[in-house]
Amino acid sequence: MSGILLQIDGRQVEAEEGMTLLEAARKEGIHIPTLCHHDKLEPYGACRICIVEVEDSGRTKLVVSCVYPVEEGLIVRTRSEKIDRIRKMILELLLAHAPDAFGLQDLAREYGADRNRFEKEASFCIHCGLCVRYCAEVKKKHAVGFVDRGIRREICFVPEVAAKECWDCKECFPLCPTEALQAAFVLVEAFTGEKT
Amino acid sequence: MDTEKIDRIIGKHDSEASSLIQVLLEIQSEYHWLPKEALERVSERLQVPLARIMHIATFYKAFSLVPKGRHEIHICMGTACHVRGAPRVLDAVQDLIGIKPGETDLDLKFSLETVNCLGCCALGPVVEIDGKTHGKMSPSDTAEVLKNYD
Repeated sequence: MSGILLQIDGRQVEAEEGMTLLEAARKEGIHIPTLCHHDKLEPYGACRICIVEVEDSGRTKLVVSCVYPVEEGLIVRTRSEKIDRIRKMILELLLAHAPDAFGLQDLAREYGADRNRFEKEASFCIHCGLCVRYCAEVKKKHAVGFVDRGIRREICFVPEVAAKECWDCKECFPLCPTEALQAAFVLVEAFTGEKT
Repeated sequence: MDTEKIDRIIGKHDSEASSLIQVLLEIQSEYHWLPKEALERVSERLQVPLARIMHIATFYKAFSLVPKGRHEIHICMGTACHVRGAPRVLDAVQDLIGIKPGETDLDLKFSLETVNCLGCCALGPVVEIDGKTHGKMSPSDTAEVLKNYD
Protein backbone atom coordinates (compact mmCIF):
# COMPACT_ATOMS: atom_id res chain seq x y z
CA MET A 1 0.00 0.00 0.00
CA SER A 2 1.77 3.08 -1.21
CA GLY A 3 0.93 6.40 0.34
CA ILE A 4 0.18 9.65 -1.41
CA LEU A 5 3.01 12.13 -1.29
CA LEU A 6 2.27 15.81 -1.01
CA GLN A 7 3.90 18.92 0.32
CA ILE A 8 2.43 20.92 3.18
CA ASP A 9 4.19 24.15 4.16
CA GLY A 10 7.35 22.95 2.44
CA ARG A 11 7.39 19.59 4.23
CA GLN A 12 7.03 16.28 2.46
CA VAL A 13 4.02 14.52 3.88
CA GLU A 14 2.84 11.01 3.25
CA ALA A 15 -0.87 10.45 3.49
CA GLU A 16 -3.26 7.64 2.77
CA GLU A 17 -5.93 7.53 0.12
CA GLY A 18 -9.16 9.07 1.38
CA MET A 19 -7.58 11.33 3.98
CA THR A 20 -8.37 15.02 3.98
CA LEU A 21 -5.75 17.74 3.84
CA LEU A 22 -6.57 18.62 7.43
CA GLU A 23 -5.95 15.07 8.63
CA ALA A 24 -2.70 14.85 6.71
CA ALA A 25 -1.51 18.15 8.18
CA ARG A 26 -2.53 17.23 11.71
CA LYS A 27 -0.71 13.91 11.43
CA GLU A 28 2.45 15.86 10.69
CA GLY A 29 1.83 18.25 13.55
CA ILE A 30 1.01 21.15 11.27
CA HIS A 31 -1.67 23.29 12.87
CA ILE A 32 -4.70 24.44 10.89
CA PRO A 33 -7.36 26.29 12.88
CA THR A 34 -10.86 24.79 12.82
CA LEU A 35 -14.21 25.56 14.39
CA CYS A 36 -16.62 23.03 12.94
CA HIS A 37 -14.27 20.03 12.92
CA HIS A 38 -14.64 17.14 15.33
CA ASP A 39 -12.71 13.88 15.12
CA LYS A 40 -15.75 11.71 15.69
CA LEU A 41 -17.89 13.45 13.08
CA GLU A 42 -18.04 13.51 9.32
CA PRO A 43 -16.32 16.56 7.82
CA TYR A 44 -18.84 19.34 7.33
CA GLY A 45 -17.02 22.34 5.87
CA ALA A 46 -19.23 24.94 7.52
CA CYS A 47 -16.91 27.40 9.19
CA ARG A 48 -14.36 27.80 6.35
CA ILE A 49 -11.70 28.85 8.84
CA CYS A 50 -9.50 25.89 7.83
CA ILE A 51 -9.11 27.33 4.33
CA VAL A 52 -5.72 26.67 2.70
CA GLU A 53 -4.00 27.46 -0.56
CA VAL A 54 -3.42 24.52 -2.87
CA GLU A 55 -1.07 24.52 -5.81
CA ASP A 56 -1.87 21.92 -8.40
CA SER A 57 -0.07 21.83 -11.77
CA GLY A 58 0.97 25.46 -11.51
CA ARG A 59 -2.37 26.91 -10.49
CA THR A 60 -3.26 27.97 -7.00
CA LYS A 61 -6.71 27.70 -5.58
CA LEU A 62 -8.32 28.11 -2.21
CA VAL A 63 -9.88 25.04 -0.68
CA VAL A 64 -11.32 24.09 2.66
CA SER A 65 -8.88 21.59 4.08
CA CYS A 66 -11.35 19.64 6.23
CA VAL A 67 -13.27 18.38 3.19
CA TYR A 68 -10.56 18.36 0.52
CA PRO A 69 -9.10 14.92 -0.15
CA VAL A 70 -5.34 14.53 -0.49
CA GLU A 71 -3.93 14.18 -3.98
CA GLU A 72 -0.52 13.11 -5.24
CA GLY A 73 1.89 15.99 -5.69
CA LEU A 74 -0.22 18.75 -4.18
CA ILE A 75 1.60 21.72 -2.76
CA VAL A 76 -0.32 23.12 0.20
CA ARG A 77 0.26 26.33 2.09
CA THR A 78 -1.56 26.68 5.40
CA ARG A 79 -0.43 30.23 6.10
CA SER A 80 0.09 33.04 3.63
CA GLU A 81 -0.83 36.67 3.46
CA LYS A 82 -3.90 35.83 1.41
CA ILE A 83 -5.09 33.07 3.73
CA ASP A 84 -4.54 35.19 6.82
CA ARG A 85 -6.59 37.94 5.22
CA ILE A 86 -9.43 35.54 4.43
CA ARG A 87 -9.38 33.99 7.88
CA LYS A 88 -9.44 37.46 9.42
CA MET A 89 -12.52 38.31 7.35
CA ILE A 90 -14.28 35.05 8.27
CA LEU A 91 -13.52 35.70 11.94
CA GLU A 92 -14.84 39.23 11.77
CA LEU A 93 -18.07 37.99 10.20
CA LEU A 94 -18.44 35.27 12.83
CA LEU A 95 -17.66 37.75 15.60
CA ALA A 96 -20.64 39.81 14.52
CA HIS A 97 -22.75 36.82 15.57
CA ALA A 98 -20.86 35.76 18.67
CA PRO A 99 -18.70 38.67 19.83
CA ASP A 100 -17.77 37.18 23.19
CA ALA A 101 -17.04 33.58 22.22
CA PHE A 102 -13.72 32.55 23.77
CA GLY A 103 -12.69 30.31 20.91
CA LEU A 104 -13.24 33.07 18.41
CA GLN A 105 -11.43 35.65 20.48
CA ASP A 106 -8.25 33.59 20.67
CA LEU A 107 -8.28 33.23 16.89
CA ALA A 108 -9.15 36.88 16.48
CA ARG A 109 -6.06 37.87 18.42
CA GLU A 110 -3.90 35.62 16.27
CA TYR A 111 -5.25 36.97 12.98
CA GLY A 112 -5.82 40.53 14.10
CA ALA A 113 -9.55 40.41 13.53
CA ASP A 114 -11.55 43.36 14.78
CA ARG A 115 -14.73 42.29 16.57
CA ASN A 116 -16.33 45.64 15.91
CA ARG A 117 -15.77 45.69 12.17
CA PHE A 118 -19.30 44.61 11.31
CA GLU A 119 -22.49 45.64 12.96
CA LYS A 120 -23.27 43.13 15.68
CA GLU A 121 -26.12 40.80 15.11
CA ALA A 122 -25.62 38.61 18.09
CA SER A 123 -27.35 35.31 17.56
CA PHE A 124 -24.57 33.54 19.50
CA CYS A 125 -24.62 30.73 16.93
CA ILE A 126 -22.09 30.41 14.13
CA HIS A 127 -23.85 27.44 12.49
CA CYS A 128 -20.91 25.09 12.94
CA GLY A 129 -23.42 22.26 13.31
CA LEU A 130 -21.35 20.50 15.96
CA CYS A 131 -24.29 19.95 18.30
CA VAL A 132 -26.62 18.91 15.50
CA ARG A 133 -24.14 16.50 13.99
CA TYR A 134 -22.95 15.11 17.31
CA CYS A 135 -26.50 14.35 18.35
CA ALA A 136 -27.27 12.73 14.99
CA GLU A 137 -24.04 10.89 14.29
CA VAL A 138 -22.64 9.90 17.68
CA LYS A 139 -25.69 9.77 19.94
CA LYS A 140 -28.17 8.99 17.12
CA LYS A 141 -30.89 10.85 19.02
CA HIS A 142 -31.58 13.78 16.70
CA ALA A 143 -32.70 15.92 19.61
CA VAL A 144 -31.38 19.11 18.07
CA GLY A 145 -31.57 20.28 14.47
CA PHE A 146 -31.46 23.27 12.22
CA VAL A 147 -34.67 25.06 11.33
CA ASP A 148 -35.48 27.67 8.73
CA ARG A 149 -32.95 28.81 6.17
CA GLY A 150 -30.66 31.58 5.05
CA ILE A 151 -30.21 34.40 7.53
CA ARG A 152 -32.98 33.02 9.72
CA ARG A 153 -31.44 29.58 10.14
CA GLU A 154 -30.98 28.57 13.76
CA ILE A 155 -30.58 25.54 15.95
CA CYS A 156 -33.62 24.21 17.72
CA PHE A 157 -34.25 21.32 20.08
CA VAL A 158 -37.19 19.07 19.35
CA PRO A 159 -39.01 19.35 22.68
CA GLU A 160 -40.47 15.81 22.58
CA VAL A 161 -37.07 14.22 22.05
CA ALA A 162 -35.14 16.70 24.20
CA ALA A 163 -37.40 16.12 27.21
CA LYS A 164 -36.57 12.42 27.12
CA GLU A 165 -32.94 12.36 26.06
CA CYS A 166 -31.14 15.56 26.94
CA TRP A 167 -31.22 15.67 30.73
CA ASP A 168 -28.81 12.82 31.17
CA CYS A 169 -26.64 13.58 28.15
CA LYS A 170 -25.78 17.22 27.45
CA GLU A 171 -22.63 16.00 25.73
CA CYS A 172 -23.09 18.57 23.00
CA PHE A 173 -22.76 21.48 25.44
CA PRO A 174 -18.98 21.52 25.72
CA LEU A 175 -18.69 21.21 21.93
CA CYS A 176 -20.32 24.54 21.26
CA PRO A 177 -17.72 27.16 20.35
CA THR A 178 -19.97 30.04 21.33
CA GLU A 179 -22.24 28.73 24.09
CA ALA A 180 -25.22 29.41 21.84
CA LEU A 181 -26.45 25.94 22.45
CA GLN A 182 -26.97 26.43 26.14
CA ALA A 183 -29.21 29.36 25.37
CA ALA A 184 -31.28 27.28 23.00
CA PHE A 185 -31.49 24.51 25.52
CA VAL A 186 -32.67 26.85 28.21
CA LEU A 187 -35.33 27.95 25.81
CA VAL A 188 -36.66 24.44 25.39
CA GLU A 189 -36.43 23.91 29.11
CA ALA A 190 -38.84 26.80 29.45
CA PHE A 191 -41.27 25.10 27.08
CA THR A 192 -41.10 21.58 28.39
CA GLY A 193 -40.54 22.24 32.08
CA GLU A 194 -39.21 19.68 34.53
CA LYS A 195 -40.89 16.68 33.05
CA THR A 196 -38.36 13.94 33.44
CA MET B 1 -56.49 14.62 12.56
CA ASP B 2 -57.10 11.48 10.64
CA THR B 3 -54.25 9.01 11.07
CA GLU B 4 -55.67 6.72 8.38
CA LYS B 5 -55.47 9.45 5.81
CA ILE B 6 -51.85 10.15 6.71
CA ASP B 7 -51.07 6.45 6.61
CA ARG B 8 -52.66 6.20 3.17
CA ILE B 9 -50.47 9.02 1.87
CA ILE B 10 -47.39 7.40 3.38
CA GLY B 11 -48.43 4.01 1.98
CA LYS B 12 -48.69 5.46 -1.51
CA HIS B 13 -44.98 6.12 -1.35
CA ASP B 14 -44.13 2.66 0.01
CA SER B 15 -43.00 4.17 3.32
CA GLU B 16 -39.74 5.20 1.65
CA ALA B 17 -37.69 7.72 3.61
CA SER B 18 -36.55 9.22 0.31
CA SER B 19 -40.16 10.19 -0.49
CA LEU B 20 -40.31 12.41 2.58
CA ILE B 21 -40.78 15.64 0.65
CA GLN B 22 -43.46 14.11 -1.59
CA VAL B 23 -45.32 12.86 1.48
CA LEU B 24 -45.10 16.26 3.15
CA LEU B 25 -46.32 17.97 -0.03
CA GLU B 26 -49.35 15.71 -0.18
CA ILE B 27 -50.19 16.29 3.46
CA GLN B 28 -49.77 20.01 2.86
CA SER B 29 -52.19 20.01 -0.08
CA GLU B 30 -54.67 17.82 1.83
CA TYR B 31 -54.78 19.89 5.03
CA HIS B 32 -53.28 23.19 3.78
CA TRP B 33 -50.70 22.85 6.53
CA LEU B 34 -48.55 20.28 8.32
CA PRO B 35 -50.19 19.38 11.62
CA LYS B 36 -47.77 18.25 14.32
CA GLU B 37 -49.48 14.89 14.74
CA ALA B 38 -49.03 14.25 11.04
CA LEU B 39 -45.32 15.03 11.23
CA GLU B 40 -44.92 12.71 14.19
CA ARG B 41 -46.69 9.95 12.29
CA VAL B 42 -44.51 10.52 9.23
CA SER B 43 -41.40 10.48 11.40
CA GLU B 44 -42.44 7.17 12.90
CA ARG B 45 -43.46 5.47 9.66
CA LEU B 46 -40.62 6.68 7.45
CA GLN B 47 -37.99 6.30 10.17
CA VAL B 48 -36.86 9.88 9.71
CA PRO B 49 -35.95 11.85 12.85
CA LEU B 50 -38.35 14.65 13.72
CA ALA B 51 -35.47 17.14 13.76
CA ARG B 52 -34.83 16.40 10.09
CA ILE B 53 -38.50 16.74 9.19
CA MET B 54 -38.61 20.08 10.98
CA HIS B 55 -35.53 21.18 9.07
CA ILE B 56 -37.21 20.38 5.76
CA ALA B 57 -40.63 21.67 6.74
CA THR B 58 -39.17 25.02 7.74
CA PHE B 59 -36.80 25.20 4.78
CA TYR B 60 -39.30 25.12 1.92
CA LYS B 61 -41.83 27.87 1.53
CA ALA B 62 -44.34 25.36 0.16
CA PHE B 63 -44.79 23.97 3.66
CA SER B 64 -46.57 25.65 6.50
CA LEU B 65 -46.54 24.74 10.18
CA VAL B 66 -49.60 26.88 10.87
CA PRO B 67 -53.04 26.39 9.28
CA LYS B 68 -53.47 28.05 5.91
CA GLY B 69 -56.71 29.15 4.28
CA ARG B 70 -58.64 27.10 1.71
CA HIS B 71 -57.54 29.48 -1.02
CA GLU B 72 -54.02 30.73 -1.37
CA ILE B 73 -53.53 34.11 -2.97
CA HIS B 74 -50.12 34.92 -4.36
CA ILE B 75 -49.58 38.47 -5.50
CA CYS B 76 -46.57 39.04 -7.70
CA MET B 77 -44.34 41.89 -6.55
CA GLY B 78 -41.69 41.42 -9.23
CA THR B 79 -40.31 44.45 -11.04
CA ALA B 80 -42.66 44.27 -14.03
CA CYS B 81 -45.75 43.73 -11.89
CA HIS B 82 -44.56 46.38 -9.48
CA VAL B 83 -44.31 49.11 -12.08
CA ARG B 84 -47.65 48.08 -13.51
CA GLY B 85 -49.36 48.65 -10.18
CA ALA B 86 -49.01 45.49 -8.09
CA PRO B 87 -48.81 47.52 -4.84
CA ARG B 88 -52.27 48.94 -5.56
CA VAL B 89 -53.61 45.44 -6.24
CA LEU B 90 -52.08 44.25 -2.99
CA ASP B 91 -53.67 47.15 -1.09
CA ALA B 92 -57.04 46.33 -2.61
CA VAL B 93 -56.78 42.66 -1.63
CA GLN B 94 -55.64 43.57 1.87
CA ASP B 95 -58.63 45.86 2.28
CA LEU B 96 -61.04 43.29 0.88
CA ILE B 97 -60.07 40.29 2.98
CA GLY B 98 -58.54 42.18 5.87
CA ILE B 99 -55.20 40.37 6.16
CA LYS B 100 -51.59 41.25 5.42
CA PRO B 101 -49.11 39.16 3.42
CA GLY B 102 -48.15 36.04 5.35
CA GLU B 103 -51.43 35.94 7.24
CA THR B 104 -54.57 33.83 7.11
CA ASP B 105 -58.05 35.09 7.90
CA LEU B 106 -59.94 33.79 10.90
CA ASP B 107 -62.43 31.58 9.02
CA LEU B 108 -59.53 29.99 7.10
CA LYS B 109 -60.84 31.17 3.76
CA PHE B 110 -57.85 33.01 2.33
CA SER B 111 -54.11 33.09 2.88
CA LEU B 112 -52.19 35.97 1.37
CA GLU B 113 -48.59 35.87 0.21
CA THR B 114 -46.46 38.10 -1.95
CA VAL B 115 -44.05 36.45 -4.38
CA ASN B 116 -41.08 37.90 -6.18
CA CYS B 117 -41.85 36.75 -9.71
CA LEU B 118 -44.29 34.30 -11.21
CA GLY B 119 -42.49 34.25 -14.53
CA CYS B 120 -45.15 35.74 -16.76
CA CYS B 121 -44.17 39.39 -16.58
CA ALA B 122 -46.05 40.33 -19.77
CA LEU B 123 -49.28 39.61 -17.87
CA GLY B 124 -48.45 41.92 -15.00
CA PRO B 125 -49.77 42.68 -12.48
CA VAL B 126 -50.27 38.98 -11.84
CA VAL B 127 -52.34 37.44 -9.08
CA GLU B 128 -52.32 33.68 -8.61
CA ILE B 129 -55.14 32.08 -6.68
CA ASP B 130 -54.93 28.35 -5.94
CA GLY B 131 -52.49 27.92 -8.80
CA LYS B 132 -54.70 29.70 -11.33
CA THR B 133 -53.06 32.74 -12.87
CA HIS B 134 -55.00 35.94 -13.28
CA GLY B 135 -53.16 38.45 -15.48
CA LYS B 136 -53.44 42.20 -16.06
CA MET B 137 -55.21 42.71 -12.76
CA SER B 138 -56.53 46.00 -11.51
CA PRO B 139 -57.80 46.58 -7.98
CA SER B 140 -61.41 46.33 -9.21
CA ASP B 141 -60.74 43.15 -11.26
CA THR B 142 -59.30 41.56 -8.14
CA ALA B 143 -62.45 42.27 -6.19
CA GLU B 144 -64.48 40.57 -8.95
CA VAL B 145 -62.22 37.52 -9.02
CA LEU B 146 -62.20 37.10 -5.25
CA LYS B 147 -66.02 36.94 -5.23
CA ASN B 148 -65.80 33.59 -7.01
CA TYR B 149 -64.09 31.92 -4.07
CA ASP B 150 -65.70 30.84 -0.87
